[in-house]
Amino acid sequence: MTFWRAIATAILLVIGPGLLAGEIPADARRSGYSFMGPDTRAMQDDDTSNPGMLFVLDGETLWGRTMGDAGKACADCHGDARSSMKGVAARYPAFDKALARPVTLDQRINLCRANHQQATPLAYESRDLLALSAYVGHQSRGIPITAGGDPQLKPFVDQGRDLFMQREGQLNLACTNCHDDNYDKRLAGAPITQAQPTGYPLYRLEWQTLGSIERRLRSCMSGVRAQAYDYGSPELVALELYLMSRAHGLPMETPAVRP
Amino acid sequence: MARSSVHIAALIAAGLACSASADELVPYKIVGDGIPQSLTGASGDAARGRALVLARTTTCILCHSGPFPETRFQGDLAPDLTGAGNRWSASQLRLRLVDAARFNPETIMPSYYRNDGLVRVGRSFSGKPILSAAEIEDIVTFLATLRD
Ligand code: HEC
Ligand code: HEC
Repeated sequence: MTFWRAIATAILLVIGPGLLAGEIPADARRSGYSFMGPDTRAMQDDDTSNPGMLFVLDGETLWGRTMGDAGKACADCHGDARSSMKGVAARYPAFDKALARPVTLDQRINLCRANHQQATPLAYESRDLLALSAYVGHQSRGIPITAGGDPQLKPFVDQGRDLFMQREGQLNLACTNCHDDNYDKRLAGAPITQAQPTGYPLYRLEWQTLGSIERRLRSCMSGVRAQAYDYGSPELVALELYLMSRAHGLPMETPAVRP
Repeated sequence: MARSSVHIAALIAAGLACSASADELVPYKIVGDGIPQSLTGASGDAARGRALVLARTTTCILCHSGPFPETRFQGDLAPDLTGAGNRWSASQLRLRLVDAARFNPETIMPSYYRNDGLVRVGRSFSGKPILSAAEIEDIVTFLATLRD
């Protein structure tokens, strides 16, 4: 009895506080970048060849443009994004007191549009929403991820973790089966990464455009032949939040490039 | 690089396009660690089975590799299929395909002939097994020929 308890305690000590079995220890966490070939890395590293930078530039323009019935631009409230938005994306999804739930950066942008600009919401994956979130996200490039630390977020992080561990779809696979247990292996020819959310929105060569993390999660769900959750659904927000808390300490790369 | 990723993308998306033709599962009997009787009552076609194993939509090749020199993109999440016919009888191979979880409840290998107990199956796949009985038989017949 005590023998087994001693072993269990020893295992807990090895895993360390806050880390559940199967999760990736802090010093082994690696961005999708480290799984890419030299050409794709070079494309991300050089702003003149990174196609995501075009969206960042568009976002900069939108930031300063007056919108909605309130006749205000983002810049009228937030000033220079280079200082006011620094580190913000590394903290999202964040708890919204009025809604009593986490909101993603995309949702925050639309909340600002509705509440402060009196403008209509931008559709998920629309060019303007991607451009604004790329511009805001870009101000966190190089800053370590801290999202998910707020104690009010705990139930939502837990929900996201449960979804990550849940097998689903006709192929009956969970996110963890590929991204915790089999990273560094190959699914057909493609390297499987740790599913770190460091670079979003990012330019995927496969998509030929910028895309949000929700788009990525939905395509993994379709890949296992599961019914993908809708954009903005509580489940996708919880998954994004869990992924960000799981990536704690990794630097942001927005806008990243992926194959 | 770019070309191969487009290819992989198509392959992952291809999962969406195809589904098994069977809707009703034929009953089968597990004896020991296998299903000795053919699901269709007939033996399968090895050439069709080989083509199925290589087809991206069947999904085997996403995880497995095998003696398939013409296919560049093979997975390494699962054992190489070379010699599977030495290691397993047709009966064992049939059960492995029908319901791999019978051998190992934790396995990541999908159950190819099952239509219940699954979570959030995509609309176009729900209630259907991944493969039809005839497809399972073709693949079993092919795998049994993989001897070194
Ligand atoms: C059968 C394997 C498999 C399963 C199951 C799976 N994925 Fe993926 N995932 C991939 C592959 C392959 C890619 C593309 C290469 C990469 O970035 O890992 C990918 C990419 C990702 C990325 C992008 C990482 C980056 O660097 O941009 C995220 C995030 C992700 N998956 C999350 C998830 C989540 C959440 C689930 C469950 C809902 C899931 N995946 C289920 C195989 C899988
Ligand atoms: C998502 C991953 C995955 C897919 C898809 C998959 N398998 Fe497997 N398969 C495995 C794993 C892992 C094993 C190792 C034993 C286990 O975990 O059950 C295995 C074991 C096997 C074995 C026994 C291997 C040996 O010789 O010891 C055979 C045969 C096999 N699979 C055939 C197939 C065929 C045929 C298909 C497609 C119809 C397929 N598998 C699809 C993951 C997969």
